Order: sequence, then structure tokens, then C-alpha cells
Amino acid sequence: MAAISVRGLTKRFGDITALSSVDFEVREGEILGLLGPNGAGKTTAVRILVTQARPDSGQAQVAGADVVKNPTEVRRRIGYVPQEITVDRYLTAREQLSLFADLYHIPRQRRPRRIDELLSLVGLEAMADKPSRNYSGGMKKKLDLACGLIHEPEVLFLDEPSLGLDVPVRRAIWDHIESLRGRGVTVLLCTNYMDEADRLCDRVAIIDQGKIVAADSPAALRAGLGGDVVTVEPDGVAPAGMRAEGARSAEGNAKAEAPAELLAARLEAILDRLPFVRGTAREGPRLHIYVHTNETALPRVLEAASAAGISLRAVAYSRPGLDEVFLKYTGRAFAEAQAEELVRTSAGQER
Amino acid sequence: MADVYREASVREAARLPADALPRFMQETRGQLVRWLIHLRREPFNLLFALVQPVILLVFFGGALQRFGAPISPGGNYRAFILPGILALTVFGNSMAGGIPVLFDKESGFLARLITAPVTRSSILVSRFLAINLLSVLQCLIMLTLAALFFGVRVASGAAGVAALLGIGLLLGFGVTIISLILAFSLTGHGDFFALLGIITLPLSFLSSAFVPLDVMPGWMRWLAVLNPMTYAIDSMRALVLGGSELWSGGLLLRCCAALTAFDAAMLILGTSLLRRRL
Ligand SMILES: Nc1ncnc2c1ncn2[C@@H]1O[C@H](COP(=O)(O)OP(=O)(O)OP(=O)(O)O)[C@@H](O)[C@H]1O
Ligand SMILES: [Mg+2]
Repeated sequence: MAAISVRGLTKRFGDITALSSVDFEVREGEILGLLGPNGAGKTTAVRILVTQARPDSGQAQVAGADVVKNPTEVRRRIGYVPQEITVDRYLTAREQLSLFADLYHIPRQRRPRRIDELLSLVGLEAMADKPSRNYSGGMKKKLDLACGLIHEPEVLFLDEPSLGLDVPVRRAIWDHIESLRGRGVTVLLCTNYMDEADRLCDRVAIIDQGKIVAADSPAALRAGLGGDVVTVEPDGVAPAGMRAEGARSAEGNAKAEAPAELLAARLEAILDRLPFVRGTAREGPRLHIYVHTNETALPRVLEAASAAGISLRAVAYSRPGLDEVFLKYTGRAFAEAQAEELVRTSAGQER
Repeated sequence: MADVYREASVREAARLPADALPRFMQETRGQLVRWLIHLRREPFNLLFALVQPVILLVFFGGALQRFGAPISPGGNYRAFILPGILALTVFGNSMAGGIPVLFDKESGFLARLITAPVTRSSILVSRFLAINLLSVLQCLIMLTLAALFFGVRVASGAAGVAALLGIGLLLGFGVTIISLILAFSLTGHGDFFALLGIITLPLSFLSSAFVPLDVMPGWMRWLAVLNPMTYAIDSMRALVLGGSELWSGGLLLRCCAALTAFDAAMLILGTSLLRRRL
């Protein structure tokens, strides 16, 4: 059974359509990333799923309960860490966790231990009894995360969990999220960081302007682009006309003396017959070899080259990222979409 | 790193089909503790809230003692206005009671609260309890100050003090609901503060706080009769001054009935308005 299932979800704000007939499913125990630029509709979708907002149309079930018809049941089973930090500045971490323990009806006798566990999980023990107004942004975010975990939710909603955090804190939060995997917790994670989606998510749903444009595992999305690319450049002599006189004297070693273009063509012919190669393309002396996403591709290309006696001047291996995936499905580069949205939103606010 | 999910029984225990009442109590207590912590971390708020009533008692009472003596049974104008000051304290506290909720709304904390499986009313009840606890504290402080420095004694004794506080709570209940309605209806706290500034002063003068109703011009009296504070003040005044007024014509009963009607009206208005917003 799906932990989250969403059908035809639509939400409008005035003349802005924040979500337009969105469908997706999150399987139990899976981490699904909702990846999209600013204003794509991620937070709107999450707010509906955590019963904070009502959809204009469409349905959504979370942990088996309908978010509109049975919100209390949904609330009992989910944890939610919103995009903006929502800690009470007057309360210490311990008091805050204690408040959430009461809100989620954790029996009082279990509470102290549970709170200690969470404090150590997010590494806030040292600051546990200081008011959170003295915390750094990262510490507040960690506290926020801990509050969302207090009742061991079945389904956890994280809206941009690493927004504005420095690298070590991001890593720490990522580690926490990864540690939830395999404990039966389903996670829906909104992000506009490609690397975050890539690293954490079992599947990624790409959302743009209120529509899901693609949803699959990061590897499959990447494979849909034609897999990884090995680029090599043979170490040949300069082309005929431009060749220096001295080079002519060593005619004996034909292979080494051939122009790089020729060597590249020769290598292409060899590689084209190999099963792990999906295709090749030549660009001057450079040869692009499209391979199935597979760690063994690079050594095999190198072996083939040395077997043919072709030495290489340069080798590169590139794996297309979700950036390229976004480009493919929306026709826009991710950064461009971010910038456009800023313009669109600020124009909307002026009205 | 602690294994947070090791103890699956925490999850189970939290979800036992326990009866609604203990759950409600736990939610409410948790939130009430939060408000009390706020109070403890900002103890000066309690003092600042006492500045205005103290000024009224000391300076206003002092300045008007000679004018006020003839209308004050026993000739102590401070005893006459003390009930008014108590009612104003309760009114001010309760009117401001929605502000933290408004801040929660603005910061997103409220949005987070309502995604927890809590009864919506626990949010309001916890706030109500916190405000009225503060009001009771402040009233007790004011009664003590008035007794210590100005010899104002509550004629009806300890039972009278308890009754005074009870009447204060009756007033506070309805006013707190108004404040919570405003907190959920207004867009920002700027509007809220502006509104508080506008309504508090006229409502103090359109009540029996400083002069009895029968010396007011007719049109003001009509407005004052509509002000719930008037009923709280008249009944508290009877308790403070004692004498024949306390027992004649069921004054206490009439005032409490009026305040209860006000509370009921606000409760009905509040539930119908807040149900849609919470
Ligand atoms: N309460 C609201 N009132 C009016 N418009 C809204 C409201 N909430 C969201 N929107 C609009 O809906 C669109 C989607 O917003 P949303 O917050 O869901 O985006 P997002 O994907 O979470 O973006 P970000 O990455 O910046 O958090 C935006 O155009 C936004 O301006
Ligand atoms: Mg968002």
C-alpha cells in the first residue's frame, strides 16, 4: 500500500495556480524527493498533505487516511518540519520537545528518555537547557527536526530540511534522514537542491509550475538522458599540414604518429561493437562514448584503447545530473527557472 | 547515536485509543506550561502590566480624592475606583491575550500546532487559563497595595475577595474571546496594537469605573450600560464597599447574570468564527 497517494490535486491562489492536477505516490518506507525551483508548488502540496490547507479539488491519502475527510487520523501519523524555522524563542530545546511530546500525547513517564534520545540524535545535548533564542540557525533547524520526530511518525514531511545550512550541518541532517530509511519511515522531502535529491531520495518527482513533469529514481531519470558519458582524446600528432618537419623522421611508429582525429575514429570503430556502449559521437579529436550507467565502463574503454595501442591524452567521465533532467523535462535550465519564478512572484506581490 | 526508533512501543503507547479527556488535558497542560515559561522568562511583563493600574490608584485617585469623596461611600475615592481599576486590569490583560497567538500565527508556529493531533479548543483554553491566571495575580497585587498604602479594605472579607476574583474571571472570559477573534481575523500585530490603543481609553470612561452611572450625561449612560465592564465594576464595588447596596435588590445576581450573558454571546460568536479559521 502506498503511504502517500495523491490524485488530481489542484490548488489556486487567486489567479496563480499553485498546483494543477498533481498525481504521485510514495511507497511505504521510501524517501521521495519533491524537487523544483522556487514557487513550483512544493510547500503548497505539503501543506495540503499535512492537513494545513484544503485542496480546491483532487484527493490525497496519507498513511491510509484521507487528508480532508479524516484529518485527525492523518495528524496522528505524520511528522512535519516546515520550511521556515518554527521554534519558540523563549523555550529551551528540552522544553520545546516536552511541549511537542504533550501535543502528541507521549506518556509522561516515557518522555524524559525520549527527549534525551532526540537531543543526542540531533546533537543538541550541550544546548538543551538554553533558550533557543541563543541558538544558531542550524541548531534551530535541528531542534525543529527533532520536534517533528518526537512521536516516531510513520510518514515524515520535510520541507527544505537543509535550507540555508552550512555544509557540515547539512551533512548531519542528511545522515539523520538516511538513518530513517529502513526503519519503515516514509519521507516526503521538498528541496530545490539537486545534490540533496540525488543523495537522499529513492525516487524524485520533479515539479515545475504546479505540475509533476517526471518521477523516477535518480538513476532512472539520468538513464533516460542516455546514460553516462566517457570522453577521451587520443594522443596523436598534429594534423598533416601543420606538422613539424622533425616529426616526419620517426615515420616507423605509425600508430603514435597518426593524427588524433584518425585515432579517435579508429577507437570509435572498435568501441561501437562492444555491448556496454550505447553509442558514440566524435567532436574533432575528442570521442564521446555513451555508456550504460555502470562503474566498469571507464576501465573497459581504457583497456580497449590500450589493446589497440592508442594512448590517451585526456579522459573524462561525466554523469548527467538532475540539472540535465530538469532541462530535458521542462525545456528550461533549473537556475533559469529559479530566476523566472522570482520575477513572477514579485510581480504578483506588487499587485 | 541513539536509536530513536528502537522503542516501537512509544509509538504504540501514544496511539492507544485512550479517552479524549486525558488527551485534552495533556495537550492543554503542555501549552499552558509554555505560556507560563514565557511569563517566567519575561517577568517584567507582569510588572509593566501593573504600571497603569498603579498610576490610576496612586495619582488619579489622589488627584480626585477631594472631588470624588462626596460620591464615594465612606469618603475614600480610592476605594470607589479600586473595583474600576481591577476591571480595567482584567480587561487590558484579556484584550492583549490574543497577541501571542497572533505572533504564533505570523511565525508559523500556530500552523505547526494545528498539524499536531490536538483538539483545536486546547489552543484557546490554554491561552485563556494563562491570561486569567495573570489577571488573578495582578488583582491580588492591586488589592494588597490598596490595602497596605491606602487602607482600602474589602468590606465583604475573604469570601468577598474570592467573589471579586470570580467576577473578574467572568469579565475576562468574554473579553479573551474577543481578543482571540481579533487575533485570528486581523492580518498583523500592527493592526492589533492600533486597535487596542483606540478602544481601551473610551471603554474605560464609558463605564462606571470612575463615576457612578447616575452622574453621567444620559447618552453616555446608555453606552455605559452596554459595556460589560460596568457590570463587573458595579458588583465588585458592592463587594469592596459593602453596606446596604451589597444585599439590596440582587445587584450581585443581576451583574453576574449580565456578565454570563455576555460570555455566552461571545462564546457563541467565537466558536462560529474561529471554527472556520482554526
Ligand atoms: N497563501 C498563499 N497565498 C497566495 N499565493 C500563494 C500562497 N502560498 C503559495 N502561493 C503561491 O503559490 C505558488 C507556489 O508556492 P509554494 O510555496 O508552494 O512554492 P515552493 O515550491 O514551496 O517554493 P519554494 O522553493 O520557494 O519554497 C507561488 O507562486 C506562490 O506565490
Ligand atoms: Mg516551499
